[in-house]
Amino acid sequence: MTFEKFIFYVFAAILVFAAVRVITVRNPVHAALHLVLAFFTTAGLWLLLEAEFLAITLVLVYVGAVMVLFLFVVMMLDINVAPLKEGFARYLPVALPVAILMLVEMLLVVGSHYFSDERMPAPPRHGEDYSNTRELGSVLYTDYVYPFEIAAVILLVAIVAAIALTLRRRPDTKYLNPADQIKVRREDRVRVVKMDAESRD
Amino acid sequence: MMEAIKEVSWILFLIGGIVTPLMLCVAYLTFAERKIIGAIQVRIGPNRVGPGGWLQPIADAVKLLFKEIILPTHSNRFLFVIAPILSIGPALAAWAVIPFDNGMVLADIDAGLLYVLALTSVGVYGVIIAGWASNSKYAFLGAMRSAAQIVAYEIAMGFALVGVLMAGGSLNLNDIVLAQSGSILHWFWLPLLPLFLIYFISGVAETNRAPFDVAEGESEIVAGFHVEYSGMAFAVFFLAEYANMILISALAALLFMGGWLSPFQPLPVIGEPSIIWFLAKTAVFLFFFLWFRATFPRYRYDQIMRLGWKVFIPITIVWLLVEGAAIVAGVGPWFD
Repeated sequence: MTFEKFIFYVFAAILVFAAVRVITVRNPVHAALHLVLAFFTTAGLWLLLEAEFLAITLVLVYVGAVMVLFLFVVMMLDINVAPLKEGFARYLPVALPVAILMLVEMLLVVGSHYFSDERMPAPPRHGEDYSNTRELGSVLYTDYVYPFEIAAVILLVAIVAAIALTLRRRPDTKYLNPADQIKVRREDRVRVVKMDAESRD
Repeated sequence: MMEAIKEVSWILFLIGGIVTPLMLCVAYLTFAERKIIGAIQVRIGPNRVGPGGWLQPIADAVKLLFKEIILPTHSNRFLFVIAPILSIGPALAAWAVIPFDNGMVLADIDAGLLYVLALTSVGVYGVIIAGWASNSKYAFLGAMRSAAQIVAYEIAMGFALVGVLMAGGSLNLNDIVLAQSGSILHWFWLPLLPLFLIYFISGVAETNRAPFDVAEGESEIVAGFHVEYSGMAFAVFFLAEYANMILISALAALLFMGGWLSPFQPLPVIGEPSIIWFLAKTAVFLFFFLWFRATFPRYRYDQIMRLGWKVFIPITIVWLLVEGAAIVAGVGPWFD
């Protein structure tokens, strides 16, 4: 077993463990943290595929931003676990066939028929001057420039929609205008009153 | 397998060669901070332990080592213990791609800048998990503040770094420094001045330093996310914060101030590139960190959010457009 294979199996084992824990663990915060671990080990596996740009982007976007916001929300909510578990028996007759169907579908596609060693040999290792970032960029901005631009526009629309959904008037919110605050001078707030000292009685 | 073990042990040796001086720097940065802030406030600062107080950091470390680590009741033990480790891990791991001199780098990877950005964003987990696992209101408030703040400033910081990679034409930190060679006017601080300022201010905010230290906010929430930590666990948070400060300073020196390039570049002898220049520039930025802390009052929380989202991000987007136009037009001496 080569060293690389050894690393692959370690990462794969951690990934499977983390992924299983995401859905089995009771505490939602723990589930989110296991999802973070799953993303991180996935990034490690992608590094073995020489896809360092995608691996680091996965950490940057999902671990560094998405999951932070996710945890932010999950920690604020006081989720009661018991009602979540109640529906388990009720949904089982529907869920079980769906799960089996998905399993069969995946077995058919991912099975050895299409992904055996003869059909999908391991890709050759690239030389030291190979840059995944450069390769990705050159393909993304030439061959796939239209799908890329369309995806960008869709994301922009999603951002605008998300902001528009939350942009509503809240009359109870106290709002400070920083420009007004900066303009405030001493004379606006302080009044010095000159008066004679008064006697005690 | 034998070959791999040999290589891994060599890498471990190199890591030791980076981390040991770094930890010494962290120790003496705390000393420098107390001395410099003391001088700014017309005090003397620590001067009792050793000659001129120079053994103070050692004494502090020994004291913290022997203090008891208290686990709060109903805290989550595993997460409580792992949080400081998650805090310091990324702070140290990011140093793998920092070039100290031309080619003097542990991992010369092409996506170096991206790697640094990813790891600095992972550092927030230490703070969030510490706040949640402590089972304390103050710690939790600190963690929430920190999470929102870091997400906000990371975007501005990321955009500032996009400007650097556009100007340098590479994500490799070594290449970015080499792209700045010429003279002090060729360094990226000049064409990217707004991005440079935003990068450094966002860096101060990302490291939770004054005036953006609302995650600690002693006057409001006691000590924020590490209120329940004591002894060595607290010390590790402390180490992570200072290691992050040094990292941000080193990155500012590399990305905008020409790294190891000399400011007198066309001249002989003093114009030679050297690691001394890199260390000197990093030290200047570290001094700024301490100077900020001694000078500015703490930002109010809504002001921090406004600054990040409504001021910095629009400025960076506008400046990226300006820079793109400059690159297309071939404005010299940077983009021709």
